Amino acid sequence: MVGTLAGASLGTAVGCETDSKAGVEEQAPVNTDETEYYGRTPEELAWDEKIKAEEYLNEHELATIAVLCDIILPATDTAGSAGEAGVPEFVEFIVKDLPSNQLPLRGGLMWLDTEANQRFNTVFKDGSNEQQMAIIEDIAYPDPDNKKPTMGPGIKFFNLIRNLTVTGYYTTKMGFDDLGYTGNYANIWDGVPPEVLAEHDVDYEETWLAKCVDQSKREEIAEWDEQGNLLT
Amino acid sequence: MQIIESPKMYDVIIVGSGAGGGMATKVLADAGLKVALVEAGSFFDPKDEKTRTQLKFPWESPRRGASTKRAFGDFDMSWGDWKVDGEPYTNKGDTDFYWWRARMLGGRTNHWGRISLRFGPTDFKHKDVDGLGDNWPIGYEDVKPYYDKLDKLIGVFGSKEGLPNDPDGFFLPPPKPRLHELYYIKGARKAGVKVIPSRLSILTKRINKERGVCFYCSQCNRSCSMYADFSAGSCLVFPAMKGGQVDLYTDSMVRTVVTNDEGKATGVSYIDKKDRREYQLRGKVVVLGASACSTARILMNSKSAQHPNGLGNSSDVVGRYLHDSTGASRSAFVPALMNRKKNYNEDGVGGMHIYSPWWLDNKKLDFPRGYHLEIWGGMGMPSYGFGYNISEMNKYIGGDIGGYGTKLREDVKRFYGATMGISGRGEAIADKDNRCEIDPNVVDQFGIPVLRFDYKWSDYERNQAKHMHQTFEEIFDGMGAEVMGTKPGADRDYGLAKPGQIIHEVGTTRMGDNPKTSVTNSMQQLHDAKNVFIVDAGPFVSQADKNCTWTIMALSMRTSEHIVEELKKMNL
Repeated sequence: MVGTLAGASLGTAVGCETDSKAGVEEQAPVNTDETEYYGRTPEELAWDEKIKAEEYLNEHELATIAVLCDIILPATDTAGSAGEAGVPEFVEFIVKDLPSNQLPLRGGLMWLDTEANQRFNTVFKDGSNEQQMAIIEDIAYPDPDNKKPTMGPGIKFFNLIRNLTVTGYYTTKMGFDDLGYTGNYANIWDGVPPEVLAEHDVDYEETWLAKCVDQSKREEIAEWDEQGNLLT
Repeated sequence: MQIIESPKMYDVIIVGSGAGGGMATKVLADAGLKVALVEAGSFFDPKDEKTRTQLKFPWESPRRGASTKRAFGDFDMSWGDWKVDGEPYTNKGDTDFYWWRARMLGGRTNHWGRISLRFGPTDFKHKDVDGLGDNWPIGYEDVKPYYDKLDKLIGVFGSKEGLPNDPDGFFLPPPKPRLHELYYIKGARKAGVKVIPSRLSILTKRINKERGVCFYCSQCNRSCSMYADFSAGSCLVFPAMKGGQVDLYTDSMVRTVVTNDEGKATGVSYIDKKDRREYQLRGKVVVLGASACSTARILMNSKSAQHPNGLGNSSDVVGRYLHDSTGASRSAFVPALMNRKKNYNEDGVGGMHIYSPWWLDNKKLDFPRGYHLEIWGGMGMPSYGFGYNISEMNKYIGGDIGGYGTKLREDVKRFYGATMGISGRGEAIADKDNRCEIDPNVVDQFGIPVLRFDYKWSDYERNQAKHMHQTFEEIFDGMGAEVMGTKPGADRDYGLAKPGQIIHEVGTTRMGDNPKTSVTNSMQQLHDAKNVFIVDAGPFVSQADKNCTWTIMALSMRTSEHIVEELKKMNL
């Protein structure tokens, strides 16, 4: 999934007055490669292929992760779910790439199934929505006063899968749109938009602005006098 | 296996293509000399689509930019980091030194922070102020003409401030501050800390027709495909190669400088990493710019009857006086930056738009040298790690920690762009006992003996880090921010970074007028072999509370012009 530069920027730009793209967009490199090739050295490419070919999480574990991801970030009126954003596939890859996640994840999934079996005589993923949420409610919040002494491993596990889900989701196009991140394209930055400044207890000072770049002259080749004063 | 000798005779052989070697290549090739540029890493051009990471999105990486394969993340443009496969280094005793190597054309300049600060008059003569370390044999007035030329050749933005020890230059105009930077200005002023526009070698304005102008993607660490930031390959080596005077040898790991019966250098011996065979190049002059520690390693490994302790090491000073910048950092939560009503692109240039140069007098403090402050934050592009433990931020506003679903989405958005940080970068005192030396028992995959580090911080640096944290807290208080994490105490060296972690290692071949206490003279020429020069940060007598790159380049330009003159006079 590789957006072209234009597609990516037009898709997320929100029309900032101070954020002119005129004249710079065509100078910038354009992502045209459709092979998920992101500037790797040959050794790094080989590593990626090796990791992709490996298997760690089994089918049952992956199915459980998919259920959990969509509980953590279900779809909204304006944004897709974690499943739709491909988060389970990201989790599948990242536990192989960063093996320190493997034991906590595998053990946590087994804990979850054990808990579901004890309470409802079913593994977690096959439980009803109500059964699943009964367990999730017990592990989705910290327990500093130790009111639920047997939930400790579950709370720790849920924190891990929540972290992986959030990071996996907000590093996708869908996540960018939900968050409102509008950068990573060629533009001419010319300061914080005035309406944003107006909402805050700070402002630009004339003396400071006088030092700053005049973007209308950015293409004029710099020349200085002997004292280092910029002439152009 | 026989060593393969090249029949060619070069005027100059340059080892290393980073800031120092790149500048030497430009000056010497432009002067019409026949140059061999020998680089241990592979060829790299930021324009090359195959290796470009600039403007890539996190989802183009299956690990979303995580640091599995590159210590600063998938998109950071450094081939090699604290570790290089097959090329170890070791630590002596409880030393924990970090050494970053970028095995590529242009070296570490492809990903560096572009912070381009001149050393000031005091920085060259700091012993006169506090009696510590040594003065440089040269002063600001010797280097100023080269800083001036450098500013115009490479381009650096900044502002004229008239500060006594942070000299002005020929600046391009700086960008306007970002929102969190405006808050920083407010907090810093309340704390009595000076703030000025940052000084980075990024083109906010055109300086020539060959290089582009910044388009504000904030990704200078990915190396600019428009050549709008300074990288040694795109800004020095490629222009130098246009004249046809440069033979570029990449994947070529220099083992030794070869010397003759008179002790003069006749060339270098290197391993071609592709066929793993040894080759020799011959030249009239050898210029070492392999980085402070790599150059020291080459010298110490270049033992001969004439140079039994290694080339240039009759003083036993090679590898000694190694010092890195000090560093400490802290982050904070800024309630006023929560719940941004309108998101907008605030990527800006690659790095901070403002900074604080050293503003105090050390005579009134319990540490001898200063530090500057770097600022980070804003609505940056998410990558791996984004949103980790985001819900815990609720503790600062009395909200509920934990949860999922709509609440979680709201947490992510509420706190996006509401954290920022300050890093202090300061001057350490160069110590003769802080050093790199050859490990007597370990070789790399090319059979070359490796470096062993022996380095300890002193209370000069620890007290400075302690002061940095006091400053961070005062500034954060002044801007109405909540300091995050706990203040590091004596048990953690007050948060002082491990030596090497700031990646400003200097001093291993320091310059001086006395051959018994220094490795090079003030022209960065070995006392022991007059046709060998050093153009990396090895000859630095002291670091200053500045970053070293701008001074590496100014001094490399100065040394290279001297080499041209001396060759004309047949003095080498």
